[in-house]
Amino acid sequence: MAEFQWPWEYTFPPFFTLQPHEETRRQQLKVWTDLFLKYLKHVNRFTIGINDQNLPLFCNESINRRLSPELILLILEQLQQSGHAAPLDKRRQEWQVYSYTLEEYGNMVYDWIQETGQTNSICTLYELVSGENSTQTEFHNMDEAVLLNALRLLEEKGKCELIEMDGSHGVKFF
Amino acid sequence: MNRFVYEEARLKENESFVSRDRNVKIYDGDQKTEFEDGEVVLTTHRLFWGRPGEIARAAITLCLPLSFVISLSEETTASNFFGRKTRIILHLHPPSINKPPGPMDTSRATHIKLSGKNGLSVEFHTALRETLNARVWAIALTSETIVKGAESKLSVGDKLSRIQKRTGIGGIERHLEAKAKETDENIALAFQDLSVLMAMAKDMVGLSKNISSKIREQRGEISEDETVRFKSYLLSLGIDDPVTRDNFTSNTAYFNSLAQQICEMLLDPIEEHGGMMSLADVYCRVNRARGLELLSPEDLLHACERLSGPIKLRRFPSGAMVLQLESHDDELISIDTLEKVRSAESLAVEELAKQLNISLLLAKERLLVAERLGKVCRDESVEGLRFYPNRLLACDNDYI
Repeated sequence: MAEFQWPWEYTFPPFFTLQPHEETRRQQLKVWTDLFLKYLKHVNRFTIGINDQNLPLFCNESINRRLSPELILLILEQLQQSGHAAPLDKRRQEWQVYSYTLEEYGNMVYDWIQETGQTNSICTLYELVSGENSTQTEFHNMDEAVLLNALRLLEEKGKCELIEMDGSHGVKFF
Repeated sequence: MNRFVYEEARLKENESFVSRDRNVKIYDGDQKTEFEDGEVVLTTHRLFWGRPGEIARAAITLCLPLSFVISLSEETTASNFFGRKTRIILHLHPPSINKPPGPMDTSRATHIKLSGKNGLSVEFHTALRETLNARVWAIALTSETIVKGAESKLSVGDKLSRIQKRTGIGGIERHLEAKAKETDENIALAFQDLSVLMAMAKDMVGLSKNISSKIREQRGEISEDETVRFKSYLLSLGIDDPVTRDNFTSNTAYFNSLAQQICEMLLDPIEEHGGMMSLADVYCRVNRARGLELLSPEDLLHACERLSGPIKLRRFPSGAMVLQLESHDDELISIDTLEKVRSAESLAVEELAKQLNISLLLAKERLLVAERLGKVCRDESVEGLRFYPNRLLACDNDYI
């Protein structure tokens, strides 16, 4: 796996302090949210905890700067607003983060199913994310819990139906 | 009146100050005397009367030992047109035969009266009555007789404690009273010093005014460069005619002219300081220039709020207040600050203050202004607050 390309801001100390100047702050948060999504996609991670101090995303050892938990929370909330993150617990310590919104994922899966002619057939979630057929897709290797959420959204629209079997899930697309 | 003796106005041992009053005249019996408009001082043992200032100088004054007083009464007369005043009547024992010389040794009256323009103050009256009741002079006598016995080396404190022991609750009360009197005396003494100082100060101010006007008259004749410069410094240091509240009937007029004077005197210094001066500095400068007519911080603030024209008061969002030149421009300042930050890569508040030779407060405000305009951005870490050129904003990235 190639080395992650950090943006130049990552080595700029003020980047780790929330800026009071409104425009600067907006720009700062935008870079941060992009960085979060890119980094997590790069390492293929879908959940992060605010207290995960050793995550390189949260601290840059070379300039000895780290994000404060408050700022991390702010960034995650920003991501939540754009539909790229959701808290997993009430204390908002653990978060699910995804580089595409649930709706985008849902549509992606649905389009792929239609393209490959798998409508009206049943497949397991494992097949969807780890199957040989889906290696070229964006949702290959994605977190099953996130996929489940995306599919629930599709289910609400009447495009598929989730079936639970022995603790694992299957899905039937219409 | 023939019970009075001439004596130096000094406290003896064990004697302490009780009260004083001004503008007091003495009646010999019902007759007016030449002793008018004087100052009376009541001690635990004696009553002094002197012309104003005499007692403070410990000069020879009239003195009446309180042991001569039999009783106290008062009479009330109409004063001027309205109001009433109270005279104090002191009934006296006959004078002793070998009494030292005093004023009016031939008087036959058995009482004297103390009176003033508006009567004597209530405080003095009460103090006199209480002192007479306390009969401290008598105690001193008894204690002396005790001392004459075996324990002649007892200290004053021991004597007092003996007396207190013997007199029970009365002793405690007396002790408290003595303490209160002592406090009173201290306060009175303190204020006395202050008034002397003020009186002296007025002379000093007059003197310095005199000198400065003389210097001004002779200015043309002095040829030596340094003397001229030195003297012009002297002149610039003080305001010849400070605006004081006394000269004005309304606050508005007072503050307005005060504002004008502040503006006149600070215009040059503020320009020298780069267009901005913190209010604390202003306060020091103004009061130093005013010499003795000191301004309260509140008055200064009110005056500054009224400043209009080349200098105005500015309140930063942080609450800090400065006087700054009207021409002083945030945009220019922030660009200037940005230059400083950029050439140093990053700056802490104290570093900028050192570089520009301004106070920390002003340096911080400069950086915050630049931050508000998006020129610099902050970095808060364990190392403290530092400011960097704002590379986060795209517009700024073009020329970094």
